[in-house]
Amino acid sequence: MQIWIAAAVMVASFAAGAGAPPQRAPIVAAAADLNPALAEIAAAFLRDERQRVELVFGSSGLLTRQLHDGAPFELFLSADESFVEQLADAGLTRDSGALYGIGRIVLFAPHGSPLKPEDGFDGLARLLDTGRMTRFAIANPEHAPYGRAAEAALRARGLWDRLQPRFVLGENAAQAAQFATTGNAVGGIIAYSLALSPALKPRGTYWLVPDTEHPPLGQRMVLLRRAGPVAERFYHYLQEPAARAILKQYGFTIPK
Amino acid sequence: MDWRALGVSLWLGFGTVLVLVPFGLWLGHTLASRQFRGKGLLEALVAVPLVLPPTVLGFYLLVAFGARSPLGEAFEAIAGQALAFSFPGLLLASAVASLPFAVQPIQRGFEAIPVEVREAAACCGMPPWRRFARIEVPLAWPGILTAVVLTFAHTLGEFGVILMVGGNIPGETRTLSIAIYDRMQAFDDRGAGLMAAVLLAVALLALTLTTVLGRRVGPRRG
Repeated sequence: MQIWIAAAVMVASFAAGAGAPPQRAPIVAAAADLNPALAEIAAAFLRDERQRVELVFGSSGLLTRQLHDGAPFELFLSADESFVEQLADAGLTRDSGALYGIGRIVLFAPHGSPLKPEDGFDGLARLLDTGRMTRFAIANPEHAPYGRAAEAALRARGLWDRLQPRFVLGENAAQAAQFATTGNAVGGIIAYSLALSPALKPRGTYWLVPDTEHPPLGQRMVLLRRAGPVAERFYHYLQEPAARAILKQYGFTIPK
Repeated sequence: MDWRALGVSLWLGFGTVLVLVPFGLWLGHTLASRQFRGKGLLEALVAVPLVLPPTVLGFYLLVAFGARSPLGEAFEAIAGQALAFSFPGLLLASAVASLPFAVQPIQRGFEAIPVEVREAAACCGMPPWRRFARIEVPLAWPGILTAVVLTFAHTLGEFGVILMVGGNIPGETRTLSIAIYDRMQAFDDRGAGLMAAVLLAVALLALTLTTVLGRRVGPRRG
């Protein structure tokens, strides 16, 4: 019997010990389009302020859902404004947050694709006419803001219904970019920030969709109620020139 | 290579074995040696994680863990943190997901013991507890060993449930299988490939171990 009690005690202490490590770096949850950009900013933050933050990426919708379910994030960087409003209404945030950038979308095609992005949406329409359209990647509009922007732009051009049977839906902006760039689809509409990332840029060509073609992708961030001083500092750091320069380099329009 | 993710995976594997194997010994023994009403249903319940999509398990667990559920509230009151998206929550989830891998081999191990052996031990006046520890466990040894290895390997290979209830938090709930998915989405194919190779090697090693040991050890003489 003693063995069983000893095992139970071991399990309990192990679970408790693993659950509460002392003084860990705050967790920052961010929309997937920020993947390379925010990692660079976090590295600069570590260099300038000697403070670490942990980064978790996902679709804004998924991260919002996880916050509702009690996820231990201290700062949330959404790829739009509605999810932040939703969290603020639920009383989970400190305030209504701050706008850190405006996102853009691009039409991307990998090298060797029959789709030529430089022709814009006309090229997309022509490809549909020729019947050489295989698969076209966008992020899932249900919970990924970049998917919503893609949907709005395609609807405005009357291409949405024609493309419907051709879509592959990425779970978030990064997965959509992965689908669009690896040659398994003719291309897709992906985040400008990802098209500019060192990993994707060499994979193909893109055309920047004019920002008049879709509602603006206002990127809002917000501190959660449990946020500590390091998360707070990072929140302010993101609005300072060093971080803004990196965001700009990844194609975000910086709000005034 | 994400070493922290490997660490989380290994801890989760050991933890799940530590939680499940004692429980499996009890439940497997009960199922193998007793007849009672509802036994069929209980056996089906044990096996159901094998056939359920991980999203079904993940959905129910997330609801059960949620900050507004009784279990989630009780845990938060005791530990001061939410059960969802935490290591203890992950441990509980993976214990549920790996339940059949622990219980079924152990149950088969006990079932393989001839009734006469048990009766002979009882006849000699051996109390049930000693009979269990001295006769039955040694005879069921190959089944128990298989349960340990399979539980560990299956926990390392678990993905869907962990993705849903874990939340991909580095050093806490980002296991190696999640880290591969994460690296893929970060376009780091090299990192993903390396970690995939590690998991493949661990899985092959574990399965080879069960086959070889199962054959060589055989039922131990108690």
